[in-house]
Amino acid sequence: MTTETLVEIKDLNFSYDKRPILKGVNMTMPHGKVIAIMGGSGCGKTTLLRLIGGAVTPSSGYVKVANQVVHELSRNELFLLRRKMSMLFQFGALFTDLSVFDNVAFQMREHTDLPESVIRDLVLMKLHAVGLRGAHNLMPAELSGGMARRVALARSIALDPMLVMYDEPFAGLDPISLSVIGNLIRRLTDALGMTSIVVTHDVEASLKIVDYVYFISEGVIAAQGTPAEVSESVSPFVHQFVHGEMDGPVPFHYPAETYATDLNLESNFA
Amino acid sequence: MPRRIVIGIRGVGHRVIDSIWRLGYAARFFTLTLLKSGTSMRRFSLIIRELYFTGVLTMIIILVSGLFVGMVLGLQGYETLQKYGAETAVGTLVALSLVRELGPVVAALLFASRAGSAITAEIGLMKATEQLDAMGMMAVDPIARVVAPRFWAGVISMPLLAAIFSAMGIFGGYLVAVVLIGVDEGSFWSQMQSSVDFRFDIVNGVIKTCFFGVAVTAIAVFEGYDAQPTAEGVSAATTRTVVTSALVILGLDFVLTSFMFRGVG
Repeated sequence: MTTETLVEIKDLNFSYDKRPILKGVNMTMPHGKVIAIMGGSGCGKTTLLRLIGGAVTPSSGYVKVANQVVHELSRNELFLLRRKMSMLFQFGALFTDLSVFDNVAFQMREHTDLPESVIRDLVLMKLHAVGLRGAHNLMPAELSGGMARRVALARSIALDPMLVMYDEPFAGLDPISLSVIGNLIRRLTDALGMTSIVVTHDVEASLKIVDYVYFISEGVIAAQGTPAEVSESVSPFVHQFVHGEMDGPVPFHYPAETYATDLNLESNFA
Repeated sequence: MPRRIVIGIRGVGHRVIDSIWRLGYAARFFTLTLLKSGTSMRRFSLIIRELYFTGVLTMIIILVSGLFVGMVLGLQGYETLQKYGAETAVGTLVALSLVRELGPVVAALLFASRAGSAITAEIGLMKATEQLDAMGMMAVDPIARVVAPRFWAGVISMPLLAAIFSAMGIFGGYLVAVVLIGVDEGSFWSQMQSSVDFRFDIVNGVIKTCFFGVAVTAIAVFEGYDAQPTAEGVSAATTRTVVTSALVILGLDFVLTSFMFRGVG
């Protein structure tokens, strides 16, 4: 397995309406690895994926994918790069007016001149890889959450991309579907020689399958390491996150006046 | 100056700036839709699929409404005209009312309610469920792939639906005036034929429907694309499509009519 860098993030800052979301993030993601980006809700994980995909522009710093600075690319160059990467959205984002088969065939029809007979074989192979070859005639509304996620996974590998980004792939899944998706991410990454970036807050499911973990908190990288290093970490934030503790560096209470002040206890007893 | 007045003035200013900004955004979006229509034109099957949803599925409401509007026109027209002994002119009244005004306007209002709202809701939901983002990440431009085919399907459907509406209306007028009441059939058709001018009445009516088609569909696709990606956002956008379309249709109709029928007897 090559360890050549596929994605390089350098001094990345991003603000939304003057509110800083990411503050000086640095990351290196090698070829052929599964990398997890973890953090609480609203910490900027999904924004990071959007920056890698070129959907938004950084305030400063850069994201390089395959040695190209993403935000400096023209629209055509960006679209050419996007043909080599794909993204699995949180709830699959399947096209609801197309069947499972047509969803997986979508990119092949849009970007290639392959004959329908070849597309048919390719689509069935992709669906077979996620165990849903028999469901190719169904519509997205007929699928369970886990099945929809698997179809979206098949769609995301339709053109054999070099990079697949997963936005909360485990959210809202039952234990079996969760395990299936986790295993598929690992197996497909290894089999197709691609790189996977998994944005998640599901510690248990992701630590089983990833090679490296970045923790993001309040827009900065709070910790990083291999799953073994992370599990043993003494960092208060990582400890709270990995063990799901209610209080810690991420406080349980939203910032407020003291409890006594809010209940007017101080003035009454002064 | 009292603080409340300052806040009030500031609020009005914000609203005006927001409205102008949104108008500019809509104009840019419309221009982009036109510029990116090449894909739709080259892959006409994309437009044909949307023609079914916007055109064919709107046919029922157009046919039924056209029939009833024509029947009411026939009835009301006869009631008034027979007082002057001019009941044979009921065909002229029905045809001119429909071809010049009611056909384009009522068909456009129905089109906005049936197809416009559906287009907005569909695009808005595609946005809310990240389908448009997914398409963009697959290097497929959502404006070229989703917006443009729906826009052109609407523009093509509208004049055809209005023509069907007028034809059904005239048939409804015929049913009431000739079949039910007994107005002379020959006079009904011959007066209609001699009074309706192809250039001034029919062509002008078709031009109106083209304007309405562009306006309604442009509003519908823009509102869908610009909708807040939530259930409330899509619902509000759908309402805006119907309300804005109705106002634009009626306003445009006045402007177009004042240009088209100036000095026509």
